Amino acid sequence: MHELAITEGLVDAVSDRLPGQRVICVKLEIGALSGVVADSVRFCFDLVTEGTKLEGAKLEISQPPAVCHCRICDSNFEPDGPIAICPCGSAEVAVLAGQDLKITSVQVA
Amino acid sequence: MCGTCGCSSDVRITSLHHSHDGHEAGHVHLPDAAQAGRTIQLQQKVLAKNDQLAAANRQWLTDRGILAVNLMSSPGSGKTTLLERTTKDLAGKMSIAVIEGDQETALDAHRIEAAGSPVVQINTGAGCHLDAEMVRSALRSLDPRSGSIVVIENVGNLVCPALFDLGEAAKVVLASVTEGADKPLKYPHMFRQADLVLLNKTDLLPYVDFDVRQYSSDLRRAAPAAMLLQLSATTGEGIQGWYDWLRRRIPPPPE
Repeated sequence: MHELAITEGLVDAVSDRLPGQRVICVKLEIGALSGVVADSVRFCFDLVTEGTKLEGAKLEISQPPAVCHCRICDSNFEPDGPIAICPCGSAEVAVLAGQDLKITSVQVA
Repeated sequence: MCGTCGCSSDVRITSLHHSHDGHEAGHVHLPDAAQAGRTIQLQQKVLAKNDQLAAANRQWLTDRGILAVNLMSSPGSGKTTLLERTTKDLAGKMSIAVIEGDQETALDAHRIEAAGSPVVQINTGAGCHLDAEMVRSALRSLDPRSGSIVVIENVGNLVCPALFDLGEAAKVVLASVTEGADKPLKYPHMFRQADLVLLNKTDLLPYVDFDVRQYSSDLRRAAPAAMLLQLSATTGEGIQGWYDWLRRRIPPPPE
């Protein structure tokens, strides 16, 4: 359940960047290949924000799809699930996007 | 509990060689970003602090010419047995030091110490993985010598450790034939990170239903870049490949 530590990291990062400010909304990006479960972060968020300047804040999560590049057929594709296999059958792929886990913006009161 | 680095009053770092005054909280603080406003763009990685600490660990290790390996696996796949054998076999040839990560007990650290390597035990309490801050403290306590190999034995878990950079030079995933052959497809996030996959307990292949060819093929799908070596930490069969892999990665001594 690394999502607990990750959600704590999220709250800590926002508190550090905006000390003392009341936060009413946090926008979070969880890439499809980040290995983080959005529902688990949502579950932890209310618990972790309790007693902080983020208490009661809304959590908006976007989940951008992964983008991979196949070295064999030289094309980009969106993998179907967590294992990146090109439609051409090749596993010789590089992940271009979808591994990020980042706070894109916050709304303050 | 500190939310960023995962340290908490539950985390205990124990050196078997000298006392340690506990876990120092060397937190990195990011510069103040923004003034009050309605919407503030941050574009900040959630694990930025861990990544910064990991980068500092990596630099610290590089400056001293030390190879650090993050060894990950499910519980019971043989990480400690592998390190016991590695310590004994390489005695006088390569200098090995170990950071042991477990939720509780110093059982593994005692095994490593008995085998002959310097060791520091991290107990994570409820934590399911090691993070860069824990490893930073453990490295200071261990104080490995230049030219040595530090193996960081992560908490037995094929999920959470995959997300936390510790500052290692390479990630090694240890699997065993008794776990079943389906793990690379079931835990792709972990296997995708691996530089090397060690398939352990091959001495038990005659007794278990494990198709090595299928495993190898599935691993290539989940982790095309990972190298696969088969070995038995109990009998020593195939283990030379692991030693050669380590030897090739020891950095040149610092100037």
